[in-house]
Parts: sequence; structure tokens; C-alpha cells
Amino acid sequence: MSALNNDTEQKKNEAKQAGEIFLQELSRKPSNNNSFFSKLWSAIQIPFLAILSGLFLGALIIIFTSPDVYEAFGKGLGTGFKAVFSVVGNAYGALFAGAFGSPSKIMEALRTGEKIDRVFKPISQSLVETTPYLLSGLALALGFRAGIFNVGGEGQIYVGGTAAAFVGFAFADLPRAIHLPLSVLVGIIAGGIWGFIPGWLKAKTGSHEVINTIMLNYIALRLVEFLLTGPMTKIGSGGMPISNPVQESARIPLIFKKPLTLHYGFFFALIMAVLIWFFLFKTKWGFNLQMAGANKHAAKYAGLNIGIWTVLGMTISGALNGLCGANQVLGVTYTMGLGVSAGYGFDSIALALLANNNPLGCILSALLFGLLRTGSRNMMSNTGIPLDIVSIVQAFILMFIAAPAIIRTVYHLRAKKVQAPTAVNVSGWGGNR
Amino acid sequence: MMKTKPVYLKHAVSPRDRIMGFVFLILGLFVLLVFNKNFSSETITTFAMTPGGISRGVMTDWLIQTNRTLWICGILLFLIGIYQFIFGFGHRSNLILVLVSLIFVFSFIVYVAANKMLNLAGLLASALAMAVPIILGGFCGILCERAGVVNIAIEGMMLMGAMLGSVVGSATKNIWFGLAAAMLGGGILALVHAWLSIKYKINQIVSGTVINIFSTGMTSYISSMYLQDFPNLNKTPRFPSVAIPGLADIPFIGPIIFDNSLFVYGMFLLLILLQFGLFKTRWGLRLRAVGEHPKAADTLGINVFKTRYMAVILGGLLAGFAGAYFSLGSVGRFDEGMTSGKGFIGLAAMIFGNWIPFRTMLAGILFGFADSLSSSVSILGSSIPGQFINMLPYLVTIIVLAGVVGSSSGPAASGTPYEKE
Repeated sequence: MSALNNDTEQKKNEAKQAGEIFLQELSRKPSNNNSFFSKLWSAIQIPFLAILSGLFLGALIIIFTSPDVYEAFGKGLGTGFKAVFSVVGNAYGALFAGAFGSPSKIMEALRTGEKIDRVFKPISQSLVETTPYLLSGLALALGFRAGIFNVGGEGQIYVGGTAAAFVGFAFADLPRAIHLPLSVLVGIIAGGIWGFIPGWLKAKTGSHEVINTIMLNYIALRLVEFLLTGPMTKIGSGGMPISNPVQESARIPLIFKKPLTLHYGFFFALIMAVLIWFFLFKTKWGFNLQMAGANKHAAKYAGLNIGIWTVLGMTISGALNGLCGANQVLGVTYTMGLGVSAGYGFDSIALALLANNNPLGCILSALLFGLLRTGSRNMMSNTGIPLDIVSIVQAFILMFIAAPAIIRTVYHLRAKKVQAPTAVNVSGWGGNR
Repeated sequence: MMKTKPVYLKHAVSPRDRIMGFVFLILGLFVLLVFNKNFSSETITTFAMTPGGISRGVMTDWLIQTNRTLWICGILLFLIGIYQFIFGFGHRSNLILVLVSLIFVFSFIVYVAANKMLNLAGLLASALAMAVPIILGGFCGILCERAGVVNIAIEGMMLMGAMLGSVVGSATKNIWFGLAAAMLGGGILALVHAWLSIKYKINQIVSGTVINIFSTGMTSYISSMYLQDFPNLNKTPRFPSVAIPGLADIPFIGPIIFDNSLFVYGMFLLLILLQFGLFKTRWGLRLRAVGEHPKAADTLGINVFKTRYMAVILGGLLAGFAGAYFSLGSVGRFDEGMTSGKGFIGLAAMIFGNWIPFRTMLAGILFGFADSLSSSVSILGSSIPGQFINMLPYLVTIIVLAGVVGSSSGPAASGTPYEKE
């Protein structure tokens, strides 16, 4: 009885709060004392400081785990501090050079006109790496907007990639204009199905999508492992989980010539970002989707069928991840293997939250993640610092983004009226009883 | 208007019961038609009843006639299915479900091992070994969620525990220091999780994800920075198997349960402690109150924040212990990503076990059994690929969560931060 009262009370309160916020928004005076730059700063200060702090803590870890630094401190305080700066400088310098290419060489190549493809290789590689991050980040962002926490990115990427690879190698002699779109489409559909399942389960039975998507990740992994060692395996691979290579006609064409691996998938992903932004913020469906995610009770009151929007949000989210898998298989690896996702499905949680779940913001944060990932390879081969430092930095960034109070305390920022936090409630794992 | 129910029925048969009965029928038919195809009456399935390399508690091999056994199992399933479909077993249907699953799995093993030999004792022993980290992870989840904090960082805590256990164990050449370091590592990560989700009230799944990403990154970082160049830092002594005198000599059961390392005994001890502590002590009552209705608990003078911190940190120590199993209990070194999702499966075992330690242990053993069965099936060479058997625990978790089989309902306030007014 009391629980019931509480429930209705809560609903009432929520409705009241929604009303109050709405009134405040209506009666708020347009503030014209804010210049464009201060507005911009207030919008980006938390993400910016989070990235900066993440990189700083990453540097601390590099310092504390570097044997050189300890050795130098053994010699004297001065040499010690010098070593600290040189270790961090070398590491982040190599990271930068690996991500963008070295500026001096680029200038030189542009002047002399030689080795142009080689100096642009790092930035091209970074953009190639940005693409899956962007697609998977869009999936997460759309999910969050719809009130869904899609942790199933990995599984959806696997399923999408496998489906795309199957269509990619099974049909020979198709023209590219049919073969490539077909492969991509099948990948999208497979990912969509893998997203539909937890969405439907959530709408129908109330079971929480986080557990369901984690379970589906493992089911997808086993399924793909079975397919890749059995029916789809590369002939003569000796039981290795790897598929036949996709036909030439199903590969996403490269934009430049061979050493530059940038393919049209990157631009496709950019278009997707704009499309998703348009869908979310400029169409009625997108509005409904967000309303269902932001406040269930208000949305129900407005006559929305929450279940349908949950299923739709989850399906689109899965489809985007499927697209991410298809993009990797058809544009980068040309064959499906178990290493097709370098943790994109999980990293994109941080990515989407960093972008405040804005599809256009996702472009920037995906670029950051792509640059970090590519640069870290160069850092590893040049300075011996493992590329896993990037994961650590990403974890810190996610932490600071999720808990802006830490950033505010550290940098003595004024607490501002905060936007409603990404409202994905975690009350209980499931069951509608 | 009340629905009249036939006099011969003691209870109404729900659609769920009908579905279950129908599934049982199908399983029975499956055993009769698919498993029992063309075995002659001379076909024999042999089960070895002693794990390999064991000299105590030896039991002679068990020979059974494949054909006849499958007939019996199939008909039994069929009859149970018919009874369930028409009359329903009422409140006993979950028990019947377990029974049916056992019969079905048994017929599957009999079918796979026809004309061959399967080491049944070895299968069960490895199931228990594989279940240990899952069960301990599940216990960690129970502690946290019963106090109202969702913890999906079990995986990360385990990984950190495995790495620290191996490194400290190798550096000091002392397994106990290794174990302590592993538990400490799990505990510190748990402290961060508690701090983020209780003090800063950030989404607990996000906070768990932070820890998972950090832990995966950090352990791989240390591994490729140091452990590959200095193999001596990654060669730890292991906890030996200790046979309990007397009990280890019991045939069949002895070698499986009473000849194990500290981790298995520790798991059983923790099971008793948790089951008793949560449901029979004041400490447990307070913990559960905080997880079910923090406001009421606060009004009664229980410190909600302190209780939650305590529960999460205890859970972290447990997860660290579970992680130590991988390096100190199992292989004696650390490999990147060696926990391979066992933490998440532990979470699934917790849900499957309805947040009750004893049931969580049973669920964990079931999951471990699926793991070990899939590997022995692939060795025996069956027509059903091991991957599909491997999938079953995850499928079962989804089905349980959807409320098709049994009910699952966690602590009411699990996942919601508490705001003191």
C-alpha cells in the first residue's frame, strides 16, 4: 500500500517538476550579456577540462611506471625532473606525431611535392580509426537519448560484421553498385535484430537492457566463433576463426591510393551523424523518442506508447552498431575475424557521454578517440609505452564527464545550473512483477 | 464473474505452466527421436567415475546401456511433460524444471559418449573449478546490490585482482601476500566505485564501466610494460590442492569436492557466512533494509552511506579474491583479459539465483558445468558444436530475467543513489 502511494507520489512530483522547468524556460529572459565566446566556453569547459585532466593523469601513470624516471631520480633531483618531462614529452609527442603526422615533414613534402602520401598516412589512418568510433558512438548517443543504455555494442558489431562479410564473399559476380549496398544493408539489419531483441524484452517484460545486452554480447561471440570456425571459415585456415575475404565488389573503395587507407566509409559516417542529428532534433519521431527517454510518465501522459519507442531506439542503436561492424569488415579488414572490434562498443559509452549525446558532438569526440588510438600505436613502437594507456585515459575522461562535480572542485569552477544528467535509471535488473 | 475451475485440479494451470509442459514434451521427443537414433542394444556408454590423476576415493567405471537409458529418460520426460501440460505441478514446477533439465542433460551426455568413454567425475570437478570465480563474483554482486549499489565492475575488479595477485605473489614468492594484494586491489577499485556512485551519485553503470575500462587498460598496460620483459615477475607459486582427510576418500564425491585448493573451500565458507549473515543477523537485516528502502532505514537510525560503503568494499575484496583464483589458484601467471567475462557471468548467476547466496552458487555451478561440458563435448566430437552449449547460460539468464521461468526481483532500491534530506 505504502509502496503504491510512494509511486503515485513520485509520478506526481515528476510531473510537477516537469511543469516547473517548462515554466522557468518560458519565463526566462533572453540573456544578452553573454558573449558568444563565454557561451561557447561554458558549453565546452567540462568536456575540455575532462580531456585535459584525463591526459594529465595518464601522464602521471606514464611517469610512475617508467623505470627511466626512477633511475634519473637516483642520480639527483634535477636530472629526475628532467627525465619526468622528457618521458612525458616523448610519449605524448610520439602520440601526436602518430595521430597527425609530423608538421615539419608535411610542410616539406608540400613544398617539394615528394612523399606526399607517406606524410599524410597518419592522419588518414586516424580518420579510418575515427569511423567505427563515430558509428558506434552515434549508436550509444541515440540510445541514451531514448533512455536506453546499450552495452551490447560489441555483440552488435560482431553480428553486423559477420552478416556483411557473409554477403560480401558469398555472392560473386555482382556489380559493386548492388553488392556493396547489399552487404552494408544486411550488416545493418543483423545489428538491428541484435538490438531489437533486448529492446523488445525491455518493452514486453521490463527486463533491464544492460544485462540482456551483455548476455547477447557473449551469445554473439559464441555464434560468430561457431560460424567463423565452421560454415564461414576461410578454406585452409586450419580452424582459425576467420572468414573468407570479401569480394572486390563488396569492398568500400579507397579515396586515395594504397598507402592512404582512408575510405568512403568515413564520409558515410559523417553523413550518418548529420542524419541522426536531424532525426533526433528536427523530426517528430525523434522528439517522441527523446521524450520517451527523458520522462516516461510525461511521455505516457502525452499519449506515447513507451514500448514502441524503446524498441525503436534500441533497434536503431543496434543497427548503427551493425553498420559499424560492416564498415570495419568491408572497409578495413576485408575479412571477418574475432578482432574486428577493438572495444568500440564499450569505448563509445565514454565517447557518447563526452559529446553530451549530441550526434554532431560525437564527430568531435570520435575524432579525439580515433586520434588517440592511432597515435598510441606510434607511441608504442617509438617509446615502448603500451597503447593501453589510451584506455586508461579514456576511463579517466569518462569518470570526469560523469562526475563533473570532481572537475568543478579541482578547478574551482562555479557550480552552474546543470543540465539534466543522462537519465538512464538503473533501478533493478528486470522482471515486471 | 469467477472462473470456475474443474474439481480435480487443486490449482489453476497458468499459461506459463502449459508452455513449460509443452517444452518438456518437446524435450522428451527430442531425446527419443534425435538422441536415440540407431544404437543397438549392445551400445554401451562408459562413465569414468574418478578424475584423472587421483588415487583417493577411486570408484569403478559406470557402464550403462545407451539405448535402454535413452528410452527411459525420453519416456520419463514425455510423461512429466504431459502431467505438467494437463494438471500442472503448481508451486513445485521450478523443482520439476530442475529435474527435467538434469534428465535432459544426462541423456545428452549418454548420447554423446555412446561407444566412448567420458570422465563424468572429471567433468564435474572441472565444472566446480570453473564455477568458483563465477560464484564468488556473484557473491560480490549480492553484497553490493543487497545494499542498493549496482556493480557491473566485478569483471574489472577480478582482472585487477588476478594481475596484482600474480605480480606480488611472484615478487615475494609468497602466495599469501599475493592473495592479500589481489583482495586489496579489488577493494580499492570498489572504494572508487562506492565513492563515485554514493558520494557523486553518478550513474552506477557508468561508474562500473569506468572501472572496467580502467582495469582492462591498466592490467594490459602493466602486462606489456613489465610482465613480458621480466617473466620472473609473472611466475607465481600456486595454492596447492589440499585433500581433507577422511572426506577425500569417499568414492566419487571425495575427489570432486574434498580435494581442492583454498578457493573452493573459501567459496563454501563464504557461502555459509553470507547466507547466514544476510538473513539471520542484525548486520544482514540492516544491509538489506538499506537496499530495499533506504529512507526507512535512515529514519530508523541506520547510516545508509556507511552501510553502502561497507558493502561495496567487502564486495570488492571478494571480487579480488575471485580474481586471485585465476592467477594464484589456476594457472600461476597473469594473461591479458584472462577473466574473459566471468565477472559478468557472475552477475548473471546472481540474477538467476534471485540475489540469494545458495541459489547463486547453484546457478554458478550450472554455468560452470555448461563451460566444462562444451569443452568435453568438443573433445568427444559431437554433432552439436560446443559453442552452442556455451551459449546456454546466457540464454537461460535472458529467459529468467524476462520472467518466463521463475521470477527474479532484486532489491527495490538497487541502482538508485540515496539523497539525504
